[in-house]
Amino acid sequence: MNKIVKKRMLSPVIAEIELSAPYIARSQKPGQFVIVRVDDRGERIPLTIAHADAEKGTITLIVQSIGKTTTRFNLMEAGESVADLVGPLGKPSHIQYFGRVVTIGGGVGTAIAWPTTRAFKEAGNEVISIIGARTKELLILEQEMREISDRVIVTTDDGSYANKGFVTDSLKGLIENDTIPNLVLAIGPVPMMRAISELTRTYAIPTVVSLNPIMLDGTGMCGVCRVSVGGKTMFACVDGPEFDAHQVDFNGLTQRLRSYQKEEKLSLELLKSWER
Amino acid sequence: MATLDKKERLKIQRHAMPEQDPMVRIANFEEVNFGFTPNLAIEEAQRCLLCPKPLCVAGCPVNIDIPSFINLIAEGKFTEAAKKIKETNSLPAICGRVCPQEEQCEGVCVIGKKGTPVAIGHLERFVADWERTHGEISVPGKRPATGKKVAVVGSGPAGLTVASELVQMGHAVTVFEALHVPGGVLAYGIPEFRLPKDILGSEVDYLKRLGVDIVTDFVVGKTSTLDELLESGYDAAFVGSGAGLPVFLNIPGENLNGVYSANEYLTRTNLMKSYLFPEYDTPIAKARGVVVFGGGNTAMDAVRTAKRFGTEHAYLIYRRSWEEMPARLEERHHAKAEGIEFVFLTAPTRFIGDESGWVKAVECIKMELGDPDASGRRRPVPIKGSEYMIDAELAVIAVGNGSNPLIPLTTPAIQTNKWGNIIVKDKSTSTTKSGVFAGGDIVRGGATVILAMGDGKRAAREIDVYLKSK
Ligand SMILES: Cc1cc2nc3c(=O)[nH]c(=O)nc-3n(C[C@H](O)[C@H](O)[C@H](O)COP(=O)(O)OP(=O)(O)OC[C@H]3O[C@@H](n4cnc5c(N)ncnc54)[C@H](O)[C@@H]3O)c2cc1C
Ligand SMILES: Cc1cc2nc3c(=O)[nH]c(=O)nc-3n(C[C@H](O)[C@H](O)[C@H](O)COP(=O)(O)OP(=O)(O)OC[C@H]3O[C@@H](n4cnc5c(N)ncnc54)[C@H](O)[C@@H]3O)c2cc1C
Ligand code: SF4
Ligand code: SF4
Ligand code: FES
Repeated sequence: MNKIVKKRMLSPVIAEIELSAPYIARSQKPGQFVIVRVDDRGERIPLTIAHADAEKGTITLIVQSIGKTTTRFNLMEAGESVADLVGPLGKPSHIQYFGRVVTIGGGVGTAIAWPTTRAFKEAGNEVISIIGARTKELLILEQEMREISDRVIVTTDDGSYANKGFVTDSLKGLIENDTIPNLVLAIGPVPMMRAISELTRTYAIPTVVSLNPIMLDGTGMCGVCRVSVGGKTMFACVDGPEFDAHQVDFNGLTQRLRSYQKEEKLSLELLKSWER
Repeated sequence: MATLDKKERLKIQRHAMPEQDPMVRIANFEEVNFGFTPNLAIEEAQRCLLCPKPLCVAGCPVNIDIPSFINLIAEGKFTEAAKKIKETNSLPAICGRVCPQEEQCEGVCVIGKKGTPVAIGHLERFVADWERTHGEISVPGKRPATGKKVAVVGSGPAGLTVASELVQMGHAVTVFEALHVPGGVLAYGIPEFRLPKDILGSEVDYLKRLGVDIVTDFVVGKTSTLDELLESGYDAAFVGSGAGLPVFLNIPGENLNGVYSANEYLTRTNLMKSYLFPEYDTPIAKARGVVVFGGGNTAMDAVRTAKRFGTEHAYLIYRRSWEEMPARLEERHHAKAEGIEFVFLTAPTRFIGDESGWVKAVECIKMELGDPDASGRRRPVPIKGSEYMIDAELAVIAVGNGSNPLIPLTTPAIQTNKWGNIIVKDKSTSTTKSGVFAGGDIVRGGATVILAMGDGKRAAREIDVYLKSK
């Protein structure tokens, strides 16, 4: 059993949850994730390790309420325990000195980009972060990103805070101003990652995305997380989750993410009726 | 009870296993077989000729003293019979259910030469169930603690067996399991209707009572590497990580929604209990038509699972024919009775999807049997131009598993062969890394429960010798 030691809400739908997990805290690297099962009847869901403290033996997850499991998880409080927590899974991010790196986080994707961004900075890169959200209150980790970036650009789709527009607009702005990145890391909703990928392809800027397919075991055993990359089938949980954006079949990913829409809706409705 | 002479024994017909009616059982996930009653067991036991040189014992990979335990059943001494089996096999309730008896103990039983062999598997299962349900499970005495610690990777039959043996030798044992439930394939692969999970649960509890420490949610190679474990104070290790890598067909349309690996389909159902969705959170797709590819136990489990989800047409598509199917004979008969539609000498060529990216049909090609291949089986060859469509909104690929590369990748000193199986030295269980032993599917490729257990037993003896020499 892994106990929640601290919890706070970063936005009305995003929680920061710190759990006791000594082994994982010690061995994790930026870009890796865990699989969580909230309770005994729960689904196994993947969540990125946003932060780890090896000395304290804790890891921090940043979770957006989407469906039943994330909603349930975000209702839990410090002192409670999750049924299962396993990791660290997936390949760590490839960190080295590239020169100028632009990391882009859309929505909760900022949480996933956060540890890798820090590692890029620590490797001596010039780091520019672009973080975006639909609206002001969904924006997370602005301060944290400022602490580890040379420059931070903030966007909101509705203009309720900072620049109005999409993260793609900001990246385009940088490129047109001759601030050409040597590497772009983009993490967020699939349409965002696709748009970034299309943009950087035209400028031939190497780009990495972190994919979020449906997962089950997270250890390469079931194949549900398969994605087509450069025409080859890859298992995101062991071969990824980070891949070369220009090789990713985003259509296939989008399609497979819709596999259980009907069931997910039912689960969430049942949870809500039970809460009432 | 008067003992019978040979002629009288030979006159008794083999007793059929009482089972759920096929039309009833395809609507539930409960066990198909009910098990022998004490009377049936005694009568069946009386068929055994108690051969002085029993062939059946040689046919059993762990050489259970079959005539002795059967004779104890005939005498009504069920608990003693269970003890007798447990001298050589620590998981009889499981082996009695899942061993391919027709190829092993029963396949060579002398009575089988002319008639039908003694139902050794059913009897083994009977006494194990008797012992469990009559609360008579005794925990054997342990040898004094040796102070040595052994790490076991994987809690499948190989890992569970090696742990049980070592702990009884006085060593401290920790089993590390990646999933949240111990048991390996027994937990995530073999369905409830063939191996109820509470049976596995009580075997695992038994191990815990023996003193085995089982740590779930721990991926060796990720959470800690094997080398780190050894450095942290384990004196030896056993790798029983199984053959858990799904093999796909590499044909067009394989990434459509509704196309599953057997591992995914069975894991959702068994480990995650998606047959109880939405009470349990993990969903699974259902369909009017389901195609399953393969001819082994895995394929059979998948197609019968599909039937239980209310599938109208559950097809099992196999490129050879009934005779060549590697699945247990009993399962094949059960599947037939349940209305599984067998399509032989056929292989898939591509999946067709609908506008939303969900599979709606599979194109298949007919095969004919050509010359024998290396395994001696006649090789199926496609018949040109024989392609045709089968409607199906769900497909399960069950054509075999590869070995999980995680341990070899993260433990450089452990060598593997070209299929990724861990190499063991001179028919032993030692790997190329000193102090690390291996067995079960990670060494053999997809094999059987009893062979994995046999490896676990041998490894325990070899580890014991190794620990004493250290
Ligand atoms: C490697 C990886 C890292 C991730 N990191 C984070 C993170 O740090 N923070 C965060 O908030 N989210 C993260 N996610 C996404 C998160 O796993 C999903 O939001 C979550 O599984 C949804 O579960 P649910 O029951 O709440 O919603 P559901 O109603 O079950 O699903 C909502 C949507 O989430 C996706 N989804 C469903 N089941 C799964 C599953 N088992 N695995 C993955 N996606 C699924 C589907 O697109 C689905 O339509 C990550 C995903 C991956 C693959
Ligand atoms: C669906 C199906 C049906 C079958 N039916 C039968 C049958 O009827 N009769 C029969 O005799 N055989 C059957 N088999 C074959 C049989 O189950 C296997 O041969 C047997 O389970 C192998 O045992 P094992 O201990 O080597 O590995 P497994 O049972 O595969 O167990 C390996 C365990 O190790 C864990 N693991 C792997 N890597 C790591 C790691 N790095 N860290 C921690 N844990 C790890 C896995 O999660 C798993 O739990 C069937 C197989 C399948 C898939
Ligand atoms: S363990 Fe298997 S092969 Fe051996 S006697 Fe029992 S059923 Fe037969
Ligand atoms: S070979 Fe058959 S008859 Fe002979 S001892 Fe074994 S089970 Fe009994
Ligand atoms: S989640 Fe099962 S193989 Fe990746």
